[in-house]
Amino acid sequence: MAEMWLNMGPQHPMTHGLWNLRVKIDGETIVEAEPVVGYLHRGWEKIAENRMYPQIIPLADRLCYGASMSWEHLYCNTIEDMMELEVPDRAKYIRSIVLEAQRIGSHLMWLAALGTDLGSYTIFLYSVRERELFLDLMQNLCGARLTYNYCRIGGVRNDVPANFERDFDRVLTHFEKKMSGLEALMDQSTVFRMRMEDVGYISGEQARNLGVTGPNLRGSGVEYDVRKDDPYEAYADLDFQVCYENEGDAFARYRVRMDEMYESCKIIRQAIKQMPKGPYRLKPPRTAEKGKSGWAHVEDPRGEGFMYAIGNGTDRPYRLKVRSPIFVTVSAAPVMLVGYKVADVPAIMGSVDMCLGETDR
Amino acid sequence: MSLYSFAYGLALWICEVIAWIFNTIGASGIGGWLVTPGVVQFLQVIIVALIVFIVGFLVSITFIWQERKILGRLMDRRGTQVGVLGLFQNFADGLKAFIKEIIIPKDVDKWVYDAAPVILIGVSCFMIGLIPWGPDFYLANLSNGVLFVFAAFSIAPFAILIGGWASNNKYTVMGGMRAAGQLISYEVPILLSVASVVILAGSLNFLTIVQQQEDSMWYMFPLILGFVVFLVSLIAEIERIPFDLPEAEAELVEGWMTEYGGMRFGLVMLAEYVRAYVACSVAVLLFLGGWSGPSFVWPEIWFLLKVFILFAIFIWVRGALVRVTTKQILGIGWKRLMPLALVNLGIAIALKMTGVF
Repeated sequence: MAEMWLNMGPQHPMTHGLWNLRVKIDGETIVEAEPVVGYLHRGWEKIAENRMYPQIIPLADRLCYGASMSWEHLYCNTIEDMMELEVPDRAKYIRSIVLEAQRIGSHLMWLAALGTDLGSYTIFLYSVRERELFLDLMQNLCGARLTYNYCRIGGVRNDVPANFERDFDRVLTHFEKKMSGLEALMDQSTVFRMRMEDVGYISGEQARNLGVTGPNLRGSGVEYDVRKDDPYEAYADLDFQVCYENEGDAFARYRVRMDEMYESCKIIRQAIKQMPKGPYRLKPPRTAEKGKSGWAHVEDPRGEGFMYAIGNGTDRPYRLKVRSPIFVTVSAAPVMLVGYKVADVPAIMGSVDMCLGETDR
Repeated sequence: MSLYSFAYGLALWICEVIAWIFNTIGASGIGGWLVTPGVVQFLQVIIVALIVFIVGFLVSITFIWQERKILGRLMDRRGTQVGVLGLFQNFADGLKAFIKEIIIPKDVDKWVYDAAPVILIGVSCFMIGLIPWGPDFYLANLSNGVLFVFAAFSIAPFAILIGGWASNNKYTVMGGMRAAGQLISYEVPILLSVASVVILAGSLNFLTIVQQQEDSMWYMFPLILGFVVFLVSLIAEIERIPFDLPEAEAELVEGWMTEYGGMRFGLVMLAEYVRAYVACSVAVLLFLGGWSGPSFVWPEIWFLLKVFILFAIFIWVRGALVRVTTKQILGIGWKRLMPLALVNLGIAIALKMTGVF
């Protein structure tokens, strides 16, 4: 049969966001794939150069609305490194808690999107229903549900609200109970496994060479997690496992994320228990020295996020560079896609957890 | 009172009234012609067809409502809330589809593009007429009705194929091709399991098959294997999740329907539910004893009840499963359903040979 190029995007139900996956198909078999990103480019790094340091925090929220806490925290971490600030212990624990809550929320959003990709609206609604609880917790904490603007350079904006511990405990207990039901809906379903198993294979070596990070890398059997390998915030004091699977297919990536959610629950419980008293914020300087640089990397729900900042001598950065995990991961899409069918594209790309805001910046 | 005798009475009454009007104004020639048996019987057939058509469409619309509600409950939400119990949702949707602008892409094959939905909707409506509701409630009592229904069923993938091809879009072509690919995977098992019923009943007539089941037992019990094969294939036949490959919206946008908009889309969607109604009815007639049941209510009520319960199972399946791929449906059809259908056919032949039925 003749080969043809098929544009899946920029407006296509498979693309969660605005990107274009060009696939060359022979019948229904993919022989070539070419992701095209850049439709959502907003000049984020350039905008950041013209903002004062605290003004960039809400901007960093917009890098990925699914995991905005993670990105604003990464930004604050970078600037703290540049300004050589030591964050109070209480703030570190609060940050760890909200980061893990954000990770669960982000993974649930990914699960919802995966559900619709595979044609099951039930998975979508169940996941979104559980995600709602975490949004409520965040709303209780900082008043916002999606773009939080909660981290500050040198701490967090406010202390935890009343009944913080009780609310988190209730939500986590409820969530774990509901998750086992949701897991049964998918793991015990032969049809779901048929769709997810043995598609989108990428070996650990290929993934490492292509710069894939996060759950997508751990799905290929590489035990790499920034929280463990280069602990930031309070992660060094917390006991948790790095979740990984050896299969390297879409189902392995799915399993990694599911396990991570349980692991996050564990981390939150520990962190709440160990949270020390004390100040939650210190007053940062308004300016950074000229030519002074700082960097940080964190385990974003989607992979390793990295930021690099250079001071200007004023209250604005000279340069702020963002390394987006998904921008790198999507370049591995051809490896995962070639050889499989068009019908497998939603399952494979759904298991990657695309987020275009951070990819195009 | 059977449907036909009721329609005859109604037709006669209408003819007499009109004839009386003509007679009073002096045109007694026309008045006399109107009450001749030929005219009355013609009107009678039209009335029967109208009743069956309207009832079939009402049941199909109720199917949509039922799906919205049950699926909503399965997903922990309430489903549609428009009007009393959400009953007006379909009419709102219909109105919306109706007032939409009809957009036809520039490079479509105009004739075929227009013809495909007509064929699809046409055969779907046509199949309504082949379904008997009760011993007295039917439009056509064909001696080979079972064969006829399945012949009509297989026309729809053809309409999908040419419609997808004519739309001049890569996604629609792939949707159409998938419909054809799907057809060859489920059509053989479904016909083999129907053949087992036909062997037991010794007839291709729906009324006889139901009569045979009333005399012995529902064929679901001796032919449980065939029943399962039939249900699974039926889901593929009416293109519902997990077998809705021709319109897999995640990868193919809206599959073969991508370029169809407005009322065309609305009617095609409605036709899908009409086909679902026919499919559930056929399953009830062949395996679940049709309208047989305790006689304190009309047989038609039993028939409807079984149809709705069967469709609820289909909705449940939709709520629980994800979509399979083309490769997998071929695997399911040929490696799983086909051997089971053959075993089932062997059971049916053995039962018939040993004289149990």
